[in-house]
Amino acid sequence: MTSATSRSESNAGSTPSPSQLGARPKPGPPAGTPVRVTGAQSLVRSLEAVGVEVVFGIPGGTILPAYDPLLDSTKVRHVLVRHEQGAGHAATGYAQATGKVGVCMATSGPGATNLVTPLADANMDSVPVVAITGQQTRALIGTDAFQEADICGITMPITKHNFLVTDPADIPKVISEAFHLASTGRPGPVLVDIPKDVLQEMTAFAWPPETHLPGYRPTLRPHGKQVREAARLIAGSRRPVLYVGGGVLKAQASEELRQLAELTGIPVVTTLMARGAFPDSHSQHLGMPGMHGSVAAVAAMQRADLLLALGARFDDRVTGKLSSFAPDATVVHADIDPAEISKNRKADVPIVGDCREIITELIAAVKAENERSGPPDLDAWWTQVNSWRDTFPAGYEWPADGSLSPQFVIERIGKLVGPDAIYTAGVGQHQMWAAQFIAYEKPGTWINSGGLGTMGFAVPAAMGAQFGHPDKQVWAIDGDGCFQMTNQELATCAIEGAPIKVAVINNGNLGMVRQWQNLFYAERYSNTDLGTHKHRIPDFTLLAESLGCAGLRCETKEEVDEVIHRAMAINDRPVVIDFVVGKDAQVWPMVAAGTSNDEIMAARGIRPLFDDDEVTA
Amino acid sequence: MTNHTLSVLVENVPGVLARVSGLFSRRGFNIESLAVGPTENPEVSRMTIVVAVEELPLEQVTKQLNKLVNVIKIVELDPASSVQRELLLVKVRADATVRSQVLETVQLFRAKVVDVSPEALTIEATGTSDKINALLRMLEPYGVRELVQSGMVAVGRGARSITATATR
Repeated sequence: MTSATSRSESNAGSTPSPSQLGARPKPGPPAGTPVRVTGAQSLVRSLEAVGVEVVFGIPGGTILPAYDPLLDSTKVRHVLVRHEQGAGHAATGYAQATGKVGVCMATSGPGATNLVTPLADANMDSVPVVAITGQQTRALIGTDAFQEADICGITMPITKHNFLVTDPADIPKVISEAFHLASTGRPGPVLVDIPKDVLQEMTAFAWPPETHLPGYRPTLRPHGKQVREAARLIAGSRRPVLYVGGGVLKAQASEELRQLAELTGIPVVTTLMARGAFPDSHSQHLGMPGMHGSVAAVAAMQRADLLLALGARFDDRVTGKLSSFAPDATVVHADIDPAEISKNRKADVPIVGDCREIITELIAAVKAENERSGPPDLDAWWTQVNSWRDTFPAGYEWPADGSLSPQFVIERIGKLVGPDAIYTAGVGQHQMWAAQFIAYEKPGTWINSGGLGTMGFAVPAAMGAQFGHPDKQVWAIDGDGCFQMTNQELATCAIEGAPIKVAVINNGNLGMVRQWQNLFYAERYSNTDLGTHKHRIPDFTLLAESLGCAGLRCETKEEVDEVIHRAMAINDRPVVIDFVVGKDAQVWPMVAAGTSNDEIMAARGIRPLFDDDEVTA
Repeated sequence: MTNHTLSVLVENVPGVLARVSGLFSRRGFNIESLAVGPTENPEVSRMTIVVAVEELPLEQVTKQLNKLVNVIKIVELDPASSVQRELLLVKVRADATVRSQVLETVQLFRAKVVDVSPEALTIEATGTSDKINALLRMLEPYGVRELVQSGMVAVGRGARSITATATR
């Protein structure tokens, strides 16, 4: 049997989500009329046929043949980056911002191994990315030839799937399958490794190719009985919480989520990967759960009698010590990946399917349930939840040493730039503050490295997002540590026309590590001072100028709004703002790693005493 | 921990064994035995994997295996309703003084002598792990000089069969 049939089976009777449509081949040359081309031409034509608009990459020895026909392509734009890691994160940023598949390209050996970090990153955050790498000629594979690396072997555990193409005739089929795999089911990165002689050999190109994936049949439609059981649990619940993860964004189900939330009146928490899936301004939104989540979000989950997990994976950063996480909650777990269900926390009602389809069916089931028994009475629960919210609102204190508050800077960026912009972040304190103090109202406006925690993600991801949305403002909220890992892509941004704004929250230190040293290592600050304050090395404004960007600096509270406005007004080149902030600001609330969420500290030394205000429902 | 036998149908493509074995090691599951071979369908190979885990991790193993694109189908075979066999080749020290005793043991276990020399016998035996282990216990006193064993293969009893087409 061909997988054409198996594909139609997996999609049978369901509305394909936009992410699936992304993989649908666009018409190329007339179907069934093979053309004689080189493998490289076949590759470029295949990329055109699947609808690729942008490829981020760097040429090199073995991928050279592919770059020749790329020069002639009018449909595929190639963006020459400065480091392959930048290409990979740019593809991720592009994919997260647009919902389309991000594409990166590199040569064999070091080019390919430089893609390892972004592929692992995309794998952890389920981002549809296709990486195309050159490989040594078939005869040289396995001989330790120049720039040879077994990239399929290396990336096996960090990709959804990978291919080594050994016959040029397979190129259209493999590209079609790679894009289908990357964008459907639980999205993820797919690597296609093509030996140089396969790119050079003559072959036939015809589109669409016949694909064959007999072992790949993602479940999209949820089981009706499970959905009704979930609706019945909602009706009987007194302390329910909607635990929303990144899967809701991947399924483009924000609107359905809002309907479900408003229909049921249930409090909503959005994880780090789901910020923007539900408007922050919505009265039912409690904020982010987890290690640096809001007290209300963490407390509501801990005291819940029903957790409705939608496209979330009970990550350790959300659950804290697993054995004491949400001890009284019945768990409904909806996810497109069956392996996520009951992986960490046992699900009482598992629902496998596409989140948008699940939520749509759940809305209908809840309406039917409400007609039978009326909506659940959540007044007492809201009284409790609101008291947490009122007692422990998101906030911060100004540093005692009179330095600029990093939280204030990030908060002002969010206020002045607004909810239509796209925000990316690196990893660390600035990332948590950007998640906490910028109000996200729309899907696709918050892009960060959640699962892998990849420092240096912000700048290249912002570049990718800007290529996906040339008309939007894209702000990279970065730290001085992260920024020094990948800022070379600003040269790419300057030359290729991506006027991103980079707010370097410069506290002169590896801030999050320093915070842990402060809290858990007796204030012994081992190797966390980067010297960016002490020596001003590098001088970020000069660095920015030399990379073709505008370099601005801000050191006082009074300058903050003005410098943000100035950055917003510059659109002919990227902008870097060096926000010199205090080094002692910390991220709160916090649940220390490995401890129970009940131990959440709203601020240093302030532990909300749950026992005193237990809800009696 | 109990042993579970998984019958895994995979696409017959390069690298599939590495994908499966790599998944076991990185998810922290131990393979007790693994056997791979072709099936009635040349495009499909069948792996028989014996893994020692509890119920809940077993569910994770099968779900993670199912996520591999080249894995077509997984069935757990219950020992009571399946035929499970291992192949053993063992070289036993057996000079003229003990040869007849060794041959008696071979016959008791319905095993076969496949090679003979003045000092040693090579014995072939198939059977369940229990039978193979019992035979080995009997042969050990004579001196086992070399031992090689296959992974377990298994097939369900009755007319029903596990095929790749049945999944479609």
